[in-house]
Amino acid sequence: MNDEKTARVLAPLPPETAAPNTFLDSNELIINMGPQHPATHGVLRVILRLDGEKVLGLECVIGYLHRGVEKIAENRTYAMFNPYVDRMDYVAAVSNGLGYCEAVEKLMHAEAPPRAKYIRVILTELNRIASHQLWLGTHALDIGAVTPLFYTFRDREEVLKIFEKYCGARLTTHAFRIGGCLYETYDGFEKEVRKFCDFVDPKIDEYEELLTTNRIWVERTRGVGVISGKDCIALGVTGPVLRASGVQWDLRKAQPYSAYPDFEFDIPTGQRGDTYDRYLVRMAEMRQSIRIIRQAVERIPEGPIMAKIPKVIKPPVGEVYHSIEAPKGELGYFIVSDGTTQPYRLRVRPPSFVNLQALELMVKGQLVADVVAVIGTLDIVLGEIDR
Amino acid sequence: MPEEDKPVAPPSPPGAGQSGETPAAAAPPAPPKPAAPAKPPGPAPVPWESELVTRLKLQYGSAVAEASTYAGQHYLVVEKPILHDLLEILRDQDGYDYCVDVTAVHDPKREQPFALVYILYSFAHNTRVRVKTWIRDGESAPTVTDLWPTANWLEREVYDMFGIRFDGHPDLKRILLPDGWKGHPLRKDHSILQQDNEWVQINLGIESGQ
Repeated sequence: MNDEKTARVLAPLPPETAAPNTFLDSNELIINMGPQHPATHGVLRVILRLDGEKVLGLECVIGYLHRGVEKIAENRTYAMFNPYVDRMDYVAAVSNGLGYCEAVEKLMHAEAPPRAKYIRVILTELNRIASHQLWLGTHALDIGAVTPLFYTFRDREEVLKIFEKYCGARLTTHAFRIGGCLYETYDGFEKEVRKFCDFVDPKIDEYEELLTTNRIWVERTRGVGVISGKDCIALGVTGPVLRASGVQWDLRKAQPYSAYPDFEFDIPTGQRGDTYDRYLVRMAEMRQSIRIIRQAVERIPEGPIMAKIPKVIKPPVGEVYHSIEAPKGELGYFIVSDGTTQPYRLRVRPPSFVNLQALELMVKGQLVADVVAVIGTLDIVLGEIDR
Repeated sequence: MPEEDKPVAPPSPPGAGQSGETPAAAAPPAPPKPAAPAKPPGPAPVPWESELVTRLKLQYGSAVAEASTYAGQHYLVVEKPILHDLLEILRDQDGYDYCVDVTAVHDPKREQPFALVYILYSFAHNTRVRVKTWIRDGESAPTVTDLWPTANWLEREVYDMFGIRFDGHPDLKRILLPDGWKGHPLRKDHSILQQDNEWVQINLGIESGQ
């Protein structure tokens, strides 16, 4: 009896009845990553379909931070909505503010005075450095390099100190107003910005010393999350990700805004379009930002910082789209005015939202551990994705 | 409140505030009123003339309803039946290889209340163009995911926020709001305080909403 049972169990099953789903087979496995996961940089949920450790496909579930920013805009005046834009990409609040103020100015057919433009460029580029520093620290931490986090956060603090001295806020700065800047620079602003440039330049070498030739770093990033320039364009991916794939395109050069035509700088690009190239591009971008800031501080003109615009902002009927090169890519505002004090419709084109779409293409066929690296290299901010 | 603030609106005549007070006492404020409308006329859109527009108008006739430039930005208003073909021509023949954004505007006063807006960019020519089409409530639009894969999430967001359906979209479902949510918040008839109380009650266990 017992033997019979054993024989039955041990006998190979006829092929048609053999269950394909035994744990020894490499079957598909669905796992859930997030929304509470340290490597998703916020509340991103990724549902992964795996074959062993290989990623077969994934789906992003977003919207956990949705606050209805575009609906809020329709119910606030133009000036009242200004602080809300800082809360989208909260690590680059100044860039958000610049894009919004310039879009409304375009809608009003107004322009900020030259001095305001220079102050805007200085602060925006400082913010780009801070944003890239935060990205570098957290991205390296995800991959397993803990040290750069302390270095970058230590140095980012210096940027935040300048912001705090300039406008009283560190993160959600609300530094600019429609028509220019509210605050004049404080005493010694130029000196401090110059000092910061001299301070941070060797620090970037320091980060590179830790990572660029680090064997573990190179192994974890080279050839990971490759995307071609053609795919980037088809998927609407912009910013450092696009440039690392070999497309030399930067809105600051392609369609210059604010005071950017006055400055000399290069657009760093990569060739391979992998995580390592994106790292190199962002490191080079920080250096270019320093270059821009140095030129701007030397040449900052005297004069008013606010254009002559009405107290109550009532743009004429019309619609405009204005976009800037935010640290993450093309940040656009499409505003429809019906001639009242409130936007009729305000659409934000968030770079992180569009860039995140490329995640599936970039990790398909790669290992599950690389998903973490690729999420980091895309440099997403969930506050901007969910709005 | 904006009505109260009206006197502040014309700020460009500087220092005129003081002198204006004396005649106001003598005559009713009739004369300043005609002066006020003189201010608002902002620049109007000017016709956009280019080889591209002539070619499209020749091909599609009156289906290309408008081709204008406003604030230095070109836009086309076209009718829905030709939308997909026209976008394909713009991509393949005119180099608009980058679809920057797909979004919508709700204007309930119109017979066709929804405007779909496609913002395109050409890397080769460094130019932008906006293509706009008006559709009726409940009407669907052709998807452009076959032309630009980036439109996938952008169209999902338009569906989520406005309830506009896209024919042929590979995976049309809500993106920012939860799947079972009722209502499309960016429609003008949707109040800013309105929410799906039933969903909130069931899923978050909050009795009265917020």
